[in-house]
Amino acid sequence: MAGENLLEIEDLSIGIKRGGRQVRIAEDVNLTVGVGERVGLVGESGAGKSMVLRAIAGLLPRGVEVLSGAIRYDGKNLLDLRPSQRLRLMGPEIAMVFQEPMTALNPLMRVGEQIAEASIRYKGMSRRAALARAVELMSYVGIPDPKTRATAFPHELSGGLRQRVMIAMAISLKPRLLLCDEPTTALDVTVQHQVLRLLEEMCDEVGAALLFVTHDLAVINQTCRRLAVMYAGHVIETGTTEQVLHDPRHPYTRGLLESAPDFDRPERLLAAIPGSAPNLADRQPGCAFAPRCRDAVESCFAGEPTLHATIDGRQTACFRADELFQKVNA
Amino acid sequence: MSVVSVIVRGKAPSKARPRTRQLRPWYQNPPLVAGLIVTGLLVLIAVFAPFIAPHDPLAQDLLNARQGPSPEHWFGTDSLGRDIASRLIWGAQVNLRIGFLAVLIPFVFGTIVGAIAGYFGGWFDIVIMRIVDIFYALPFYVIVIALVFALGSGEASIYLAIAMVSWTAYATIVRGEVIVAKQLDYVRAARLGGLPKWRILVRHIGPNVMSQVIVYAMSDVVMNILAVVTLGYLGLGITPPTPEWGSMIVEGQTFITTNWLMATIPGLAVVVASLGLSWLGDGLSDLLNPDRRK
Amino acid sequence: MSSQTPDVQQPVLRGVDLTKKYQVGRSVADRLAKREGRALTALDGVSIEVFPGEVLAVVGESGSGKSTLAKLLVGSETASSGEVVFEGKALSPHRDSVEARRIQMVFQDPYSSLNPRLTIGSVLTELIRYHRIVPRDQVKAEASRLLKLVGLDDDALEAYPSQFSGGQRQRVAIARALAVRPDVLIADEPVSALDVSVQATILELIADLRDQLGLSVLFIAHNLAVVQHLSQRVAVMYLGRIVEIGTAAELFANPSHPYTRALIASIPRMKAGSFNSEFQVKGEPPSPYSVPQGCRFHPRCPLATDECRSVDPALIPVSAGDTESMHLSACLRIDALPPMPEAFQPPAERSSL
Repeated sequence: MAGENLLEIEDLSIGIKRGGRQVRIAEDVNLTVGVGERVGLVGESGAGKSMVLRAIAGLLPRGVEVLSGAIRYDGKNLLDLRPSQRLRLMGPEIAMVFQEPMTALNPLMRVGEQIAEASIRYKGMSRRAALARAVELMSYVGIPDPKTRATAFPHELSGGLRQRVMIAMAISLKPRLLLCDEPTTALDVTVQHQVLRLLEEMCDEVGAALLFVTHDLAVINQTCRRLAVMYAGHVIETGTTEQVLHDPRHPYTRGLLESAPDFDRPERLLAAIPGSAPNLADRQPGCAFAPRCRDAVESCFAGEPTLHATIDGRQTACFRADELFQKVNA
Repeated sequence: MSVVSVIVRGKAPSKARPRTRQLRPWYQNPPLVAGLIVTGLLVLIAVFAPFIAPHDPLAQDLLNARQGPSPEHWFGTDSLGRDIASRLIWGAQVNLRIGFLAVLIPFVFGTIVGAIAGYFGGWFDIVIMRIVDIFYALPFYVIVIALVFALGSGEASIYLAIAMVSWTAYATIVRGEVIVAKQLDYVRAARLGGLPKWRILVRHIGPNVMSQVIVYAMSDVVMNILAVVTLGYLGLGITPPTPEWGSMIVEGQTFITTNWLMATIPGLAVVVASLGLSWLGDGLSDLLNPDRRK
Repeated sequence: MSSQTPDVQQPVLRGVDLTKKYQVGRSVADRLAKREGRALTALDGVSIEVFPGEVLAVVGESGSGKSTLAKLLVGSETASSGEVVFEGKALSPHRDSVEARRIQMVFQDPYSSLNPRLTIGSVLTELIRYHRIVPRDQVKAEASRLLKLVGLDDDALEAYPSQFSGGQRQRVAIARALAVRPDVLIADEPVSALDVSVQATILELIADLRDQLGLSVLFIAHNLAVVQHLSQRVAVMYLGRIVEIGTAAELFANPSHPYTRALIASIPRMKAGSFNSEFQVKGEPPSPYSVPQGCRFHPRCPLATDECRSVDPALIPVSAGDTESMHLSACLRIDALPPMPEAFQPPAERSSL
């Protein structure tokens, strides 16, 4: 998608204070999302991807803070804004869909009212009008019998319905950027399928860009056009979905692909990545993935690789990308 | 076997390297350290009272009554000429002893009752909880005072009165914790392993529940000390002339305008003891929590 | 149901017509008056067989009853009706410790399945000692052996669970289950809570144990992709019933129940832009509080007819008249299912990856 980037994350570093020391949970993250573009952020737990989203939304938990870098939305650095200015962006411009609708929805408020809240606050609609709009939105996102359901409390709805309510809330002001933090991980497979399709449709209708965080590669494959892979707080590879998932240029990405069961290829043998994710508090010199990498050499343990271009224009943070992945596209 | 594949081995067998336990050592735990120091000091003072106290706490000296502080009497004397400092020190014995001992019976009884009610449930649970409800409906001090009044003064009746009222809190806490623990996977696993119920209750559920109870017990000691002080203030409980902080406060109350130390010093002692024990409780709660990180 | 030729094995574990209903929301007054509350039907007549040395996968979404089935088989709960048969003998509702050993379970959440206050070693040795698996002086050695079996070192013996990662904890949980030398292992979504790259190690471990020890495994999952790799047979559950069962090969090549088709269609794919948009289920997952009349899937089924709304189908062989096959489906409209689309057929082997 040509045009100005809607969101630009530049050298973002996020840290958490643990026992008197600053531990970096995300380091020098660079990421862009174009207008109307769908970008995925992939990684396993502890990779730092959720924190990046929260930093954009201004929802970092206590004790976690942005150490350096910039988050530019429409050219403006969000981190420079006063909290009140930033708040004015959330809702109309940037909206977020969380993983656990049970904790993201107010258990004491009826869902219709929660959806209506944004319209009342930002559009100055009357309560009646806002509630009517909420019912419309609920129908739009495929909640059956919306008029009755609008009076329900979150715990009275199933996980799938709650997630739809969250999506309704998120799109109610037609935001330009939708942040999704593993929105379907807690859902049943068939429901996940429906919710993903809904998200895609909504983004198309409203023209919103999507930044989708997940650990499920196949979901990214279906939903996003570009993606970034994170490991231990670093972005280690970026590219189009087609490129990264079918012709990876980083041993970790390759390892992820090799270890994940692929329904279309049952005959493929699964190969696990040996070892486990590093303890972020215990930073060793060199590439964070080197201890687990079967292609690691001495120099991998010495210097810390950053995202750079390979010979054929791919972005990866592996010193040996060029030698390891020289091959014809399959 | 079938079309379905066999999984290939990962390149290297994944060995477990237990991460070194990044747990905060006890000396980096401010409340714990503070609590240990304060409580420890108090306990030492109480234990070594016979050696530390400058005077006999019961020795009257009517000629020197109500004196202010002097080199002879650090905190002055009370209305019967007794040395306040010594009475304070000996009082520590009384107050701390009752505070701690009064916790024992409720602790043991309440824990056992609560554990059985929580683990086995059924009618026992229902009946016990209704009894607890009844006790909860009655205000603590009202009952304790009434009981002590009825049973007559003296240490024994204090223990009895407090025990009869405060066991319910332990039962409730333990029952709640056991009910939660019952549902946890590791308890279910122990059950599936064929281990007998009592063993699971004691060895598997027990340690996980006890930390909560111990912490509560610490705050209960504080409560008990205050209860003794209150009883003493009301003239119930400990028979004079045994030194006790509560009765010292009530004595000194009358002279607050002329000799404010008489009431204030024992009051401060109560505050310090409570603080020390609260810190200790906080510190213990942190220490006994298995999930604490650096 | 299935006829048996002489060389077919006998199942090691059987569930016979298992039903489990829960009474929900009864107050004390209700109980005194012996009034019934709302009934939740978690399982409604499930019969299942596990053969020696196989991995049988049970797949279903929330409300399917798969967890309840696991609990009944392992003895955590007693069935409202039906029985559990182990090696031909019906198991009593309250199993003694000898019976308990035969079937063991691994739980889903690695973070709550180990007692935080006991060392790994003490948990293992307690079980070994209590059941007198080996003589007293060999207990520690046996614990070591168990750890080695699951790929852990001896230094795990002195360690507490908080020192281990999720994947390692699951290994410990498996070691604990194996400590009493069971014949059947019931794994309740053992990899769902783990990172993708770690899942493979546990799946690998389970496959190894099946081969090395001849262990039978009942593997509960909601992820068909995982199941496809590991299992010999697959059972699909919906709202308290098994709706389709067969070998993995048969079931995935020719899914013969609309729900199975829908499950497969919902799986996000790695092939660019591929998803089988054909089989869409309508509506929300069902509530076990109100089981539909007739075929329990009919409200969501694109192929439902009037007959489906009134008749509750039984499991019948997929190819009518084929009494040998173990591929069964509980659908009246098997013949109406469209042939599997071209896009679904597993493609020829890729040269890379």
